[in-house]
Amino acid sequence: MTDLPANGPAGSIPVHRPARSILETDARTRARNRAEARFRAYGLGALLAGLAFLAILLASILWNGLGAFTQTRLALPVELTESELDPEGTRDPAALAKVSTFGYEDLLEAAMARLVAEEGIATELEPGDLADLLSSGAAAQVRDAVLADPSLIGRTVTFDVLAASRVDGYVKGRVTRESLADDRNLSPAHLDVADALIADGDLTRGFNPAFVLGADASEKRPEAAGIGIAMLGSLYMMLVVLGLSLPIGVAASIYLEEFAPKNRFTDFIEVNIANLAAVPSIVFGILGLVAFIQFAGLPTSAPLVGGLVLTLMTLPTIIIVTRASLKAVPPSIRDAALGVGASRMQAVFHHVLPLAIPGIMTGTIIGMARALGETAPLLLIGMVGFVASNPPDGVLDGFVSPNSAMPAQIYEWAKRADPAFYERAWGGIIVLLVFLLLMNLAAVLVRRRFERRW
Amino acid sequence: MFHVKHPATALALMIAATPALARDNIQVAGSSTVLPYATIVAEAFGDNFDFPTPVVEGGGTGAGIARFCGGVGEDQIDIANASRPMKASEFESCQRNGVTDIEEVRIGYDGIVFASRKDGPAFAFTPEQWYDALAAEVVQDGQLVANPYTNWSQIDPSLPDQEILAFIPGTKHGTREVFEQKVIDAGCEASGAKEAFAATGQDEDAVTESCAALRTDGLSNDIDGDYNETLARLEANPDAIGVFGLAFYENNTDKLQVATMSGVTPSTETVSSGEYPVSRPLFFYVKKAHVGVIPGLQEFVEFFVSDDVAGEGGPLAEYGLVSDPELAATQAAVADEAVMAAPTN
Repeated sequence: MTDLPANGPAGSIPVHRPARSILETDARTRARNRAEARFRAYGLGALLAGLAFLAILLASILWNGLGAFTQTRLALPVELTESELDPEGTRDPAALAKVSTFGYEDLLEAAMARLVAEEGIATELEPGDLADLLSSGAAAQVRDAVLADPSLIGRTVTFDVLAASRVDGYVKGRVTRESLADDRNLSPAHLDVADALIADGDLTRGFNPAFVLGADASEKRPEAAGIGIAMLGSLYMMLVVLGLSLPIGVAASIYLEEFAPKNRFTDFIEVNIANLAAVPSIVFGILGLVAFIQFAGLPTSAPLVGGLVLTLMTLPTIIIVTRASLKAVPPSIRDAALGVGASRMQAVFHHVLPLAIPGIMTGTIIGMARALGETAPLLLIGMVGFVASNPPDGVLDGFVSPNSAMPAQIYEWAKRADPAFYERAWGGIIVLLVFLLLMNLAAVLVRRRFERRW
Repeated sequence: MFHVKHPATALALMIAATPALARDNIQVAGSSTVLPYATIVAEAFGDNFDFPTPVVEGGGTGAGIARFCGGVGEDQIDIANASRPMKASEFESCQRNGVTDIEEVRIGYDGIVFASRKDGPAFAFTPEQWYDALAAEVVQDGQLVANPYTNWSQIDPSLPDQEILAFIPGTKHGTREVFEQKVIDAGCEASGAKEAFAATGQDEDAVTESCAALRTDGLSNDIDGDYNETLARLEANPDAIGVFGLAFYENNTDKLQVATMSGVTPSTETVSSGEYPVSRPLFFYVKKAHVGVIPGLQEFVEFFVSDDVAGEGGPLAEYGLVSDPELAATQAAVADEAVMAAPTN
């Protein structure tokens, strides 16, 4: 049926349909238009829902995590009494090291009592209880300073020590007097002292570089925990991933794409590469445990092993992306090079590969960003736990000295009992997201800057 | 393009060279209950000694001991944390793999507590009530029947009018064993169910098994994750009651209220005096062949059980560990590097 007047032979059936303007819509057209409008609304709705989820996610991450970037500190003058720290007065480093951090706690208790008395704060708390306002890491901080410079002994030195995590939580609004009612570590009376110290300007909240640069800390010291060492672990793993997966991946792709004969064997390899790209990452973790640690005897918890495992995971992605980029270079480039007498290898390395590099780089960066966020394969090779506590001894040592990775550190913090670690887990997510954003941004920039369209 | 090969070669050389590197850090793995204590000691050890801070991993008692018994050598862990004593089968597996000399170190005690949401009613339990609430079969009017209770007040009018909903540790946790032994089995005995099971002609092992059989209608839920997961379930279900470690409860007193057991409030004091019934010893196991090979291992073990660390008022007690009254004996055993005998069970 058609709306056009029939121009068939005479006697054909006249169309019994009223003449209408095409500007007037009939019922079916209206129904089609409504369907289209509905589909648009669904699409827009889906988009808005996605955006809303993203906004909620980002807002909750920032809301929960930004607190980790600031920390409450106390300026505490400590009298480093000679009788406690160096009874024999020899200043012999070996003798000084014999006084453990437990020996320094008396000094801190005395210092807290003196500070509270000097500021004229009335409190019923004993000096021993007052020291609960301080991080348990304060003793180690003072001890390290004394061991580094024994001439401090006998003087009164002001240390900038961390406040205990409960005090920090109070300053940040997480801890209240009600929530401390049954708490063993801190009582509401401590908060009265904290309020007075804040009023006097001794207790202040400021930016906390140790969170971004520092090492992990134990459950008694959440205020001191940082993601810095784990970040270093991630960096070493990424170096291994880049150093291995890029050359291997590119070499394999060039061979498969440019040189390999097309037969059953290469088809089989291609299918397997595609399958490997879809293998869940935990499988690579088990493979890493068996192949690298149990068979090859590499150390556990080492970023080198983590990097090797992530290389296995990233390799298929890089091969697929590289082959796609090589395929995207028009055959005319190859033909022209071969036509002027270049060998096939010259054609590939002088002409095809340079043109494919932007695509390869983009794929590599995105593959590495995925590897950076992986936790599952690291679970089995000893990189999750209380691991990221020592900075490596040297640049090369960083590959083998025990370390964690950023996502593994976040997972570890989220598991711990003290609620102060919860904030640090969210803070760690912010740091990780910043890295992922930067890497994705780099991928976009590389593509924009170098990609050539044909 | 050939220059890209050089970093790969360098890495390959480095990979080949690493097994020759000596390990200079202590490696610990095992029970997630002991994990926080071990990290606290590891951190303090790093503060006070020139040795690097030991690496501490979790994974659970069974998994930790399995790794520990993997063999002797730098690629094997030095210490396994355990929230229960090593079993005879595990000890034998150690022996088979050449881990012949093992030091057993008891670090203290841990209480297991029952806690509900802070905003709900308070509970005072007895093991018998827990048995009646969670067992598959209970005694009613002298008869064994499938568990009919759905509300705590049906079991005992003194308990609040609240639906029964319990989150207990899954079977892979050491905590579950203690829960079954000290609460469910004790309750089975007290409620007369044990007698009733025996009367049906079951032998002793079968009775224990019947006692440990929990209801499967959804009112008793196993949690295979850590205490944070149990806490999350409590936050989602106002009626729920969860099983936690004492230390976890003490770090989350703002969200949880603890129930008494047989009239005793759990605390480090009541656990240490033995008044609070649901507690267990915590251990770690040291591979003696590694002492003197891995730098700092003996110092770490001695530091762990020193009065400053594991004694009363030390950092472990502050975190929630119940100090061992016989710590001095443990210290002497550690100093002598005394080796454990084969366990009997």
